[in-house]
Amino acid sequence: MSSSEVDSGDNVHPGKPVIVDRYTVGARLNHWVTAISLVLLALSGLALYSPSLYFLTALFGGGALTRVIHPWIGVVLFFSFLGLFFRFFRLNLWKKNDSVWLGRLREVLAGDESKLPEVGKYNAGQKVVFWSMSILILILIVTGLISWDEYFARYFSIEQRRMAVLVHSGAAIVAICVWIVHVYAGIWVRGTISAMTRGQVTGGWAWRHHRKWLKDLVTTKR
Amino acid sequence: MTNSWTDIKNADLVWIMGGNAAEAHPCGFKWVTEAKAERGAKLMVVDPRFNRSAAMADHYAPLRSGSDITFLSGVINYLLSNDKIHKEYVRHYTNAAFIVRDDFEFNEGLFSGYDESKRSYDRSTWEYKFGPDGFALRDMTLSDPRCVFQLMKKHFAQYTPELVERVCGTPKDRFQKVADWVSSTANGERSMTIMYALGWTQHSHGAQNIRCAAMIQLLCGNIGIPGGGVNALRGHSNVQGITDVGTLTAAIPGYLALPTEQEPTLESHLSKRTFKPLTPNQTSYWQNYRKFFVSFLKTQFGANATPENEFGYNYLPKLDGIYDCIKMFDLMHQGKTTGLICQGFNPLMAIPNSNKSREGLAKLKFLVSMDPIETDTARFWENHGEFNNIDPAKVQTEVFMLPVTSFAEEEGSVTNSSRLIQWKWKAADPYFESRTDTEILADLFVRMRKMYEKDGGKGKEALLAVDWSYKDPLHPSVDELQTELNGKALVDLKDASGKVVRAAGQRLATFGEMRDDGSTDGCMWIYTGFYGPTGNMAQRRDNSDPSGLGVFPNWGFSWPANRRIQYNRASADPDGKPWSEAKKYMYWNGERWTGPDVPDYVPTIPPERAVGPFIMNAEGVSRLWVRGLMADGPFPVHMEPFESPVGNIVFPKLKGNPVARIFKHDLAALGTSKDFPIVGTTYRLTEHFHYWTKSVQVNAVTQPEFFVEMSEQLAKEKGIKHGQMVRIRSNRGEVKGKAVVTKRLKPFTIDGKTVHQVGLPLNFGFIGETKKASPINGLTSAIGDANSQTPEFKAFLVNIEPIAGSVA
Amino acid sequence: MFTPVPNPTTNPVPPKFGEQDLIRRSASTVTPPAKRLTEVAKLIDVSKCIGCKACQVACLQWNNLTEEVGVNVGVYDNPHDLTENTWTLMRFTEYENTETGNLEWLIRKDGCMHCADPGCLKACPAPGAIVQYSNGIVDFVHDKCIGCGYCIKGCPFNIPRLSKADSKAYKCTLCVDRLAVGQGPACQKACPTQAIVFGTKDEMKQWADHRIKDLKSRGFANAGLYDPPGVGGTHVMYVLQHADRPEIYAGLPNNPTISPIVEAWKGVTKYVGLAAIGAFAVIGFLHHTIAGPNRVTEEDEKNAERLTEGRS
Repeated sequence: MSSSEVDSGDNVHPGKPVIVDRYTVGARLNHWVTAISLVLLALSGLALYSPSLYFLTALFGGGALTRVIHPWIGVVLFFSFLGLFFRFFRLNLWKKNDSVWLGRLREVLAGDESKLPEVGKYNAGQKVVFWSMSILILILIVTGLISWDEYFARYFSIEQRRMAVLVHSGAAIVAICVWIVHVYAGIWVRGTISAMTRGQVTGGWAWRHHRKWLKDLVTTKR
Repeated sequence: MTNSWTDIKNADLVWIMGGNAAEAHPCGFKWVTEAKAERGAKLMVVDPRFNRSAAMADHYAPLRSGSDITFLSGVINYLLSNDKIHKEYVRHYTNAAFIVRDDFEFNEGLFSGYDESKRSYDRSTWEYKFGPDGFALRDMTLSDPRCVFQLMKKHFAQYTPELVERVCGTPKDRFQKVADWVSSTANGERSMTIMYALGWTQHSHGAQNIRCAAMIQLLCGNIGIPGGGVNALRGHSNVQGITDVGTLTAAIPGYLALPTEQEPTLESHLSKRTFKPLTPNQTSYWQNYRKFFVSFLKTQFGANATPENEFGYNYLPKLDGIYDCIKMFDLMHQGKTTGLICQGFNPLMAIPNSNKSREGLAKLKFLVSMDPIETDTARFWENHGEFNNIDPAKVQTEVFMLPVTSFAEEEGSVTNSSRLIQWKWKAADPYFESRTDTEILADLFVRMRKMYEKDGGKGKEALLAVDWSYKDPLHPSVDELQTELNGKALVDLKDASGKVVRAAGQRLATFGEMRDDGSTDGCMWIYTGFYGPTGNMAQRRDNSDPSGLGVFPNWGFSWPANRRIQYNRASADPDGKPWSEAKKYMYWNGERWTGPDVPDYVPTIPPERAVGPFIMNAEGVSRLWVRGLMADGPFPVHMEPFESPVGNIVFPKLKGNPVARIFKHDLAALGTSKDFPIVGTTYRLTEHFHYWTKSVQVNAVTQPEFFVEMSEQLAKEKGIKHGQMVRIRSNRGEVKGKAVVTKRLKPFTIDGKTVHQVGLPLNFGFIGETKKASPINGLTSAIGDANSQTPEFKAFLVNIEPIAGSVA
Repeated sequence: MFTPVPNPTTNPVPPKFGEQDLIRRSASTVTPPAKRLTEVAKLIDVSKCIGCKACQVACLQWNNLTEEVGVNVGVYDNPHDLTENTWTLMRFTEYENTETGNLEWLIRKDGCMHCADPGCLKACPAPGAIVQYSNGIVDFVHDKCIGCGYCIKGCPFNIPRLSKADSKAYKCTLCVDRLAVGQGPACQKACPTQAIVFGTKDEMKQWADHRIKDLKSRGFANAGLYDPPGVGGTHVMYVLQHADRPEIYAGLPNNPTISPIVEAWKGVTKYVGLAAIGAFAVIGFLHHTIAGPNRVTEEDEKNAERLTEGRS
């Protein structure tokens, strides 16, 4: 067995119940900076995207400030997510079993995990979210910079800038949808949120959803 | 202008040459666009550059700068040799029929009477032959070999389209089309207007360029008719007014002559100018010269002008030569000038050979600049690096800057190219300490007079004799000054029957009321009537035009006598019937001359008296041949500019204008085509007004920096890139500017040789909002026209090179 | 001569149109006014334009704008492009007509075209920052502008410019303030050759016909009016000598439309996107309701405990 499903900060504390360290403080902080940025970006972006949501600009002190703030939050998000990316990308690499897992989505959604392959630190759904976000945020930062007229208008043609805003808004919509999946999954799968709040989950949660990860952890941290 | 701006809309053909009306006269140019849009008129432009006017034209023909006479002579030859002239007009209204003296000769470009040592002509052989009755001999069949018409045919025969192409570089077909179109107006039905400006005058043979134009218009019968004329477009809003009022150095107001040293008495002056008719019955209006001159003296010297002292004639200075600006600056350069007052004048920019001008200014004891803006001249002593390279420590000239109100800060009149006097009202209060020109000059005069009274000095008597009886000597009022210009009755004026026609003190209604016995005054006869008994005619703003011919008779006042088209009697045939019903303008209705304008004629003289329509001329007709009035010949001949890329192809012996005045310093400063093979020409840009608006921010925005225009071919030859900084040199100096490489300039093929030309806009200097530049006249030569002394700004030689590494 | 708009009175005049005459308002819906104003238009006759730039200066002065003094880069166009201060600009093109062998110096006054279907307004996300009056004027309302630059992307003519000073977008207003009191635009007033005329759109079309006839008589067989239908027509129109090739006039677009990209962005994407987001949220809610939460069982905890037993 390789220790490939274990991150450096992961640990297991026997007891009743078993407690498992899933995310370090650094990872959690990094996640929440990203999360807050993403929410702010979604709100400010939607405000500029659809007249029906323009009222959201009030949250940012009006339209002009929304326009000023949005791209800067985007820059924060990009670097913050970059941190997450380097933290998490290794265990998010696609494995053979991930395809099997994904192929049994019906069981996944039914919560019937007995028929699924044992999952490492991340299941295929989480990996899809991870890679989708990685690609989308790259698209968003690039198209965002191209359409950031205040600083970059002169480097791009109007046609390029038009395309950039179209792609930017499309990517943002997809990102928001992915985000909804991500958040919902966290809520639906009870016991998950503590991973990002306290950094810990129960052994039962790990046994149920990420058995391979737990097993590897027990093996490696002996 | 012989005609008026608004009259241009009557033209069927508009010919712009020696000018760029769209560029320099955009507001007047609207009447060209009117003629085109509403009459279907055609516009043709002949110019070295494809300019803004050309952009509007139906036909464009290029010509090398300085070769206009050949081009125009080519047109004259075309009209004469193809018999495409308005025969009746030519026969009756020009001096074509007059017989010229037998000893007149023309040989290899020179007319009889040339004295090489004096660089002048003895013009006595250019005279008509006279009969025993004292009148000039004529041959109304125009067939006498010594008549003007036959001499003309012979003189112009060599100017073939082939020669035009060789000399001017104009492709034959392009020239041919111009000639064809011109000839389409030689019939009385269609009319052509010629619009020109400094592109014709600023040559050493500028006056002859305009002579050619006048001759073409006379051959076509286009003078005195609606939509016709030879129309000089003046370069400032009021430059017509300023020449009217006598800033020409040899003239007093109203184009009367300043006496010369050869005229010690009033009578000796007057007798030379009160021309007697040369054919029977003619008006020869200058016979009234003495009335105008005496009235002028009465204004000038008031009660000190009496019949006993020849109306103060003695007080007037007597010229020992002409003192045009080139002469002034040559004298200054020789260190012979103490002080210079520049009133609205920026000579460092405006005068040729700026380096010579700068040296001259540095030799003055004092310089006064009266101007609303700081001029480059007023700051000639400042070092502006390469743009005005001078060591201030070595300049001893004391400079006074007197701020003057701008045009909008004072009321008064401006006279435009149409001779139209229009009033302007004060729109804003003057800034800070600025004062009007009148106030400054009055103050200066009053102070000087006090000093003379106290200390005496040369010319004291004349100075004290000047009538300065304004209510407030320091602030002559507008009313007082206008009354002086207009003239008034000094005693009750009575007609032959003893009836009082003008009471003492009343202002005159026309110059016809002026008298030579000292009973009237008025210092500018041509303006008489503009401030007549009924008030200020310049303020009239009635824009109704009952005839629809653009006359607008009740808008402002057009001198002379509110006449809009001069020589308008010529719009009718000898019987008094209009040449064209469509262009019916001034005609005999059986009792008098009538029409929408003021007749340029005695209104009651019937046609059968055969009084010619050109009443100012002693002949009564216009002059295809000019007798003694032109310094450089009774007919134009092809003369090259003093700096020319080629020799004179037509008359190899002629080097420049044979009678143009050349000072020693300027002769030495001439360059050759070996060192300077490229023709340079200067002009202004529509975005700027001379050297003024470079001090105005918005104008500077629209044209911010000096540039030089050149053809793609020249740029390639010299390795110059678009927008690159280049150096332009003449034998007198150099300037630096950005390269505008354009298709609008093309190289010429002159007598088989490729000749390049560059265009140099003149509006930039080292003072103002635009990027700093050297005065463009650092390149130009101080040789002027033989008649007018107008400098040869439009054709000189330069060379050009790129400055490495600088592309905008 | 086209009878020019007479000189104004010096007395105050109540505005002839205002808020109540808006037919479009960016990022908002408006109830179209029952009574429409007569459509106006500015007609720019390129064949009469001498490129004197009086219109440029008049625009700067009337609108109280200050442009920087630039440099010469080898052309007559100054400034070199429209800016937040230069709302109108003469663009010069040297065109060699191969058919006639003549050089033509084409001088076009560039600026806002006041489209009937304005791309800027379509793209603008700020409610009321761009408005369209029923007389055809498209105007920017700067206290509502947020400076996003979407109008620039929406414009088929590349006209609006963002200010470096206040980050708001600027362009020609068709002198809405002058028109409101019955005057013509400042540029038209300053034009010396009637290359710019102003009146109702119908009058301008008629006048253009008159001009086109003249141009055709001078050999410009393709002379015509530029009133591009792709943007619903414009309220600034050109008379062109070569109406078949507007692109030779310094890149005047041939048959411009609002870019399909912008149409997609501001059209279908907006609805599809919001629907997708809504759908994802609803599906989540439904799934939770139907499937219920995925809880860890006692069994799971026990299994974990068993797995870790003996490890400490």
